[in-house]
Amino acid sequence: MRFAIVVNEGPYTHQASDSAYRFAKAVLEKGHEIFRVFFYHDGVNNGTRYTVPPQDDRNLQKLWSELAEAHKLDLVVCIAAAQRRGVLDANEAKRQGKDGDNIAPGFRISGLGQLIEAGIEADRLVTFGD
Amino acid sequence: MSGQRAKKKFLYVNRKAPYGSIYALESLEVVLIGAAFEQEVSLAFLDDGVYQLMAGQDTAGVGMKNFSKTYKALGDYEVRKLYVETEALAERGLSLADLQEITWEDEEEDYAEKPSILLVDRAEMTRLIAAQDVVLSF
Repeated sequence: MRFAIVVNEGPYTHQASDSAYRFAKAVLEKGHEIFRVFFYHDGVNNGTRYTVPPQDDRNLQKLWSELAEAHKLDLVVCIAAAQRRGVLDANEAKRQGKDGDNIAPGFRISGLGQLIEAGIEADRLVTFGD
Repeated sequence: MSGQRAKKKFLYVNRKAPYGSIYALESLEVVLIGAAFEQEVSLAFLDDGVYQLMAGQDTAGVGMKNFSKTYKALGDYEVRKLYVETEALAERGLSLADLQEITWEDEEEDYAEKPSILLVDRAEMTRLIAAQDVVLSF
């Protein structure tokens, strides 16, 4: 089966990102396909490489980046939500006149159309939020 | 996009009041972008989400953008079904009269203005959600 996953909350404050990550892993382990993981609302904060959680805690951004690398996942951060919250890639940083970018490896910034497309293309769209 | 494939039924479920968190505003942004994909779209308002449709919203005191007028424009985006749960209204001491008047123009009936807000009870809302292909909950 072809899944799409939506993550609507940032890391740590809510469990949504942890649950989504575990769900994504389980989906892949069962041999299913993940069409896309879309990060919206505060979920975009999963995609900044500047998070530095304590060493004895999980690093959700790294976990997502590694999962994306291992399974060629498409991790999409919503551009409008990301701009509000200060998540930028190099192009956006330049376009907005900011002095740096912070998008994490394996994530890319794109529009809300990617969320709708995921709903259309996937057999199941599963949302993790508050 | 979807090519020749049949349209999917998209339901946007709005459960939160409009200004205490960003969910309502960012849900609207998805609805507006999603309209370009020509799917079968409807919106549901339940729990505190019914407050999103209140008439006479004034955000001057909280210093936020008043986006309540956007709901009135949804008809222009072919979004014509806003299902509001009657129990959610009643539990908050509200009725249809407290909500904005939102209409869409029926081009097949000489652009007659028709109400977009449809009151449904909780049981009907359950059936409605079950009948969707894609449910996005905010």
